[in-house]
Amino acid sequence: MLRAQDLTITFNAGTPIETRALRGLSLEIPSGQFVTVIGSNGAGKSTFLNAVSGDLPVDAGRIEIDGADVTREPVWRRAERVARVFQDPMAGTCEDLTIEENMALAQLRGARRGFGRAVKASMREGFRERLATLGLGLENRLTDRIGLLSGGQRQAVSLLMAALQPSRILLLDEHTAALDPRTADFVLRLTARIVAETKLTTMMVTHSMRQALDVGERTIMLHQGQVVLDVAGEQRRGMDVPDLLAMFERVRGEQLSDDALLLG
Amino acid sequence: MSLFSLLGALEIGLVFSLVALGVLISFRLLRFPDLTVDGSFPLGGAVAATLISGGMDPFSATVAATAAGAVAGLITGWLNVRLRIMDLLASILMMIALYSVNLRIMGKPNVPLITDPTVFTILQPGWLSDYVARPLILVVVVVAVKLLLDWFLATQTGLAMRATGSNGRMARAQGVNTGGMVLAGMALSNALVGLAGALFAQTQGGADISMGIGTIVIGLAAVIVGESILPSRKLVLATLAVILGAIVYRFFIALALNSDFIGLQAQDLNLVTAVLVTIALVIPMMKRRLLGKKGA
Repeated sequence: MLRAQDLTITFNAGTPIETRALRGLSLEIPSGQFVTVIGSNGAGKSTFLNAVSGDLPVDAGRIEIDGADVTREPVWRRAERVARVFQDPMAGTCEDLTIEENMALAQLRGARRGFGRAVKASMREGFRERLATLGLGLENRLTDRIGLLSGGQRQAVSLLMAALQPSRILLLDEHTAALDPRTADFVLRLTARIVAETKLTTMMVTHSMRQALDVGERTIMLHQGQVVLDVAGEQRRGMDVPDLLAMFERVRGEQLSDDALLLG
Repeated sequence: MSLFSLLGALEIGLVFSLVALGVLISFRLLRFPDLTVDGSFPLGGAVAATLISGGMDPFSATVAATAAGAVAGLITGWLNVRLRIMDLLASILMMIALYSVNLRIMGKPNVPLITDPTVFTILQPGWLSDYVARPLILVVVVVAVKLLLDWFLATQTGLAMRATGSNGRMARAQGVNTGGMVLAGMALSNALVGLAGALFAQTQGGADISMGIGTIVIGLAAVIVGESILPSRKLVLATLAVILGAIVYRFFIALALNSDFIGLQAQDLNLVTAVLVTIALVIPMMKRRLLGKKGA
């Protein structure tokens, strides 16, 4: 379970370019729920995700994962509970390391790293099996540098890596945005499959309203650093993109003019 | 070039291959441009020479010198990680600080080791002359260090260290304490340099305050030369490459200085180094350009 209470983050506080990215954002996600997050540029989506992962310290508020207060924990300590796939396919993997080394690194996420061999023969079988489920032929390329893979392939491996080690929360930060439509579709289906298999509490930020409604079981919309819309269950099942837009306008009482929201 | 100067070049090349391995860790694996090396090399020499001339056995003195190098690297890493001083600047601060520290340790600008025992005089078998025995002993040391380093970099901790330099954000997301890894890597790197300094002082008959000048350039030259003669992404080969690079580089220097027709003298060493490094840096680029033209 993820509980965020009154999160506040202000960039460049006290200067003319002060930005109040999160303004007392509160959200509770029960264990195993798959939530999609939408919002226009600057709504605070990425800031929120970075706050949960620990990349950005919060000015005020509290973040709990399964009852444990992680608000002050650095990223690497939080990694035991939080797995993450970045928007940039280059960011989620180490291009200088081989596929198996990347996966071995992820295998020990949150565990103590000692002086045992990083890549053991016994691990390779597991890596191969998982890579084979992608259907990309990567199971035969374990010792290739991951920098040789395409963006889509790297993103797919990142997803596998996120699920290698049991964690509590999976954060997906527009992880299909940098891919071509076909690859994006592939990665999205892979995401749905992995989330279903691992029953991870998942938060997926997306720019596409279509995508936000198609996957997951709950959709929230952020605006000016707060949750302004939260739909799930029956209400969400019957919704289409125009409905979502209409609801947003009603909630905010203002005309939505941001093109970014209409994309997709 | 005589056999004598050939063996001498091999000897110095082997010593500097330890520096090159250290530079490989900082510059290549951690991507931390570390100039501490210019201070930690004479630090190793100063500690070893001072302790040996004070009566300590050479092996303990060499271990102490290695530890001193590690501490120096640790402080540079700490300046960068904890105090958030830019990496290059942190290492420069440490480098100039070490100049004073080294003078303090030695109490004078140089400590000779002419009659004192060294690890080489102790290990040298009676039937071998010293200029053959020294390179042989160094080969054993360098091979042992290389194998240990290869082993370490293949461990879970070693992999985490490599990930830290390659993609710190990803490493943190995988639960790697990247700050700690930088500290450990810098300590390891400068420990090797300290060891090199200690061995250098024992082969050259003493430590001198100016023995560190240009160490980083020589280390980098070895790494670059090694990478151009044996380009490989495999770490086992990369460590071998920089060792070969250090030796080959030293041979070129000896060749340049020993060829009377060029007319170079010992004081031209740093100039020759700079020119050689420039050539080593430019050749791969020229090669790419030529190959690119052929391909187009």
